[in-house]
Amino acid sequence: MDWGFILERSFSAMIGPEVMIYALAAVGLNVHFGYTGLMNFGQVGFMAAGAYGVGVTVFWLDWSFWIGIVFVFVYAAVLALLLGIPTLRLRADYLGLVTIAASETIRLLARSRVMKPVTGGVEGIDKFAEPFFNLSPFQLGAFYSFGPFKYLGRDVWVLMVGWTLLILVTLMVQQLMRSPWGRTLRAIREDEDAARALGKNAYYYKMQSLMLGGMIGALAGLIQVVQKSSVQADTFNPVITFTIWTILIIGGPGRVWSPIVGSSIYWTLIVFVENTLRQLPPGARDTLERTVDLSDFNIGMLRFMIVGTGLLLLARYRPQGIFGSREEMALDRR
Amino acid sequence: MPKGTGRTWTTVFLVLLGLGGGSQAAHAQVSDDLGVIGQLQYQDAGGAKVAVAGVDLSIDDVGGATTDQDGSFRIPVPGPGEYTINIDVATLPAGVGLRDAERTSLQVIVSENADQRIIFPLVLAGADNAAAATSESESEGNWSVRRVSQLTLEGLKLGLYLAMAAIGLSLIFGTTGLVNFAHAELVTWGALMAYFFNIYGLVGMFGFFAGWPAPFGSGVNFILATVLSVVMGGVMGYLVNRVVFRTARNRAVSLLAQMVMTIGLSILLRYVFLYYFGGRYRSYGDYSSQRANRFLGMELTTRDSIAMLVSVIILVGVGIGLTRTRTGRAMRAVSDNKDLAESSGIDVEKVISQVWIFGGALAALAGSFLGFDQIKWDLGTRILLLVFAAVTLGGLGTAFGALVGALIVGIAINWSTLIIDSELKNLTALVVLILALLLRPQGILGRKQRIG
Repeated sequence: MDWGFILERSFSAMIGPEVMIYALAAVGLNVHFGYTGLMNFGQVGFMAAGAYGVGVTVFWLDWSFWIGIVFVFVYAAVLALLLGIPTLRLRADYLGLVTIAASETIRLLARSRVMKPVTGGVEGIDKFAEPFFNLSPFQLGAFYSFGPFKYLGRDVWVLMVGWTLLILVTLMVQQLMRSPWGRTLRAIREDEDAARALGKNAYYYKMQSLMLGGMIGALAGLIQVVQKSSVQADTFNPVITFTIWTILIIGGPGRVWSPIVGSSIYWTLIVFVENTLRQLPPGARDTLERTVDLSDFNIGMLRFMIVGTGLLLLARYRPQGIFGSREEMALDRR
Repeated sequence: MPKGTGRTWTTVFLVLLGLGGGSQAAHAQVSDDLGVIGQLQYQDAGGAKVAVAGVDLSIDDVGGATTDQDGSFRIPVPGPGEYTINIDVATLPAGVGLRDAERTSLQVIVSENADQRIIFPLVLAGADNAAAATSESESEGNWSVRRVSQLTLEGLKLGLYLAMAAIGLSLIFGTTGLVNFAHAELVTWGALMAYFFNIYGLVGMFGFFAGWPAPFGSGVNFILATVLSVVMGGVMGYLVNRVVFRTARNRAVSLLAQMVMTIGLSILLRYVFLYYFGGRYRSYGDYSSQRANRFLGMELTTRDSIAMLVSVIILVGVGIGLTRTRTGRAMRAVSDNKDLAESSGIDVEKVISQVWIFGGALAALAGSFLGFDQIKWDLGTRILLLVFAAVTLGGLGTAFGALVGALIVGIAINWSTLIIDSELKNLTALVVLILALLLRPQGILGRKQRIG
């Protein structure tokens, strides 16, 4: 077993691209759920909106990558309106129903034959992010090491921009939530009727929250497809939404830095477990393959079983998350 | 660890998970008689089907076949896997061509239990205006009475299956206030159980019993397998409630947290299914490919008509059960007003347990029938959107609303293929869902009250 390799991978995962992307998506979900109490079960739909915002602009309209970034936010806002108008006046679970359904429909629509000229269908879209990588001060193909961390040059560039955006967005959310607007959101989360009695239009506030969180999610989707240099409909699987939920609940909903902490813990754990299993000595590996059917394919599946079990147990036993406080906890009410 | 102990522990583990070591047993039981089958036919100007005989088809390095008088062919293959099948266009009769002239070879994945059916779509092309003729005949055939009635029938079929899944979801919501996102997995569970009983028998799914005589070590008839699958569905429903949600209710875990728990459970179960079942499509051993019967211009296989009949009987039975029996009335009473029901002496926890058993069994039956086309690890997840649309349209929490909603959704989805590409038909369900919430959020049969 090559512990050096496993540790290198795990350390690199601690602040790697996935951590940054999922943390950003979780910041959006935190605005929805942590601060406003909205049950958004379709955050991946907003990520897809962001990804196709730039993908469709470059691929179909043949416009510049930079114009595409405007569409990232336009699409996310339109999606938020579409999901919010029918549901935000109703009980919390209706938003959950519609968002989970919509996020899966977006994926099916994007990968369909009919939409192929627009979205690239199953093959997806690639070669759209050159303008971004052309700005890179790093050599795209070379490896760079910083202490225990080691990444490809292109990833270093994505990480630099991504982490900067993540920190900025997190600080922005922090300031917003300290403002009167943010306090109103939390009042709505705690007791919607009381907030309405005080003259606040809960519907508009919830809609604004849905749009803001959705745009942050879309930004995460944008960074994800830029990092991969390809837009693939099937990467926006509903299970991503629930990975983001797990991350948010690990860190504790309603706390500013929890998405980053949760994402880092989640990805370090997953990468460590997967690499350890893959690197087992041949004897132990054989036994496992024979007894519990642990093929390479199944090791990939373990991740989702961990997400499922984690979500189940966290929601049951520690809905406030590992670091959260019980007072700041939407999941515990009602 | 010696191999024997390993095996035992595996079995214990598998039994605990409740799902047999399907893939293990599957390797032992690969049928050595597999093939790619199909039937070549085209529609003549009057819409009647004409079989095409004497066409050569081949699979590279495997073999070939020529279609017989019925247009049928079968090419045996050595084992499960992916094959490329080619059609020799030169042997097609004059005037008949492939709908998509480029696709003279198709990829096909043969699973381990059944012949794989493959379709080369053929069209009658006039010598001079080939393209125009096809597009015209398609647009003309699109809105024909025959097509609409066929789609209605298909919609009714889907609606009946959806209704069985939706009633459980709606009743669970009614009695506990919980939207059970793991309901889709109960549907998948039904299909998988029917498959395992059908292929591996009563105990054959536990590796070392494989090879025992039927009904123990090798498959039982599909009808018996379905009955067993329904029982297993009830068991699953009971266990999920007893182990997960009853304890959560007793500890006063909030409803929103329970909703997140259903999602966690759903993901866990889905990937456990994938782990043991694999990512392949599979089909039942019985009734997997039947020829359609024609009836008033509509086509329906005997298998589907019996399944639809059974669904209707079951749904009528459910209706009678809910209105006439003590248990059913208790279920509706708890759905209506939990506190009032409790104070009038109904054991609410018992009713909730019954609702879960009943919902799980119905979902399993829906799953077994939905598995006719193909069984996959995420079969339930694929119809989750439709079930949600059905229960919302009918009114969340009302059993009869779920039935009405399911039938409307089933038919609406199939009708929508008249206008949009059939690949996008599930989009219709989302539109129905959003429209229902905009126009009548309490649902068709829901009472008008504030649900905000």
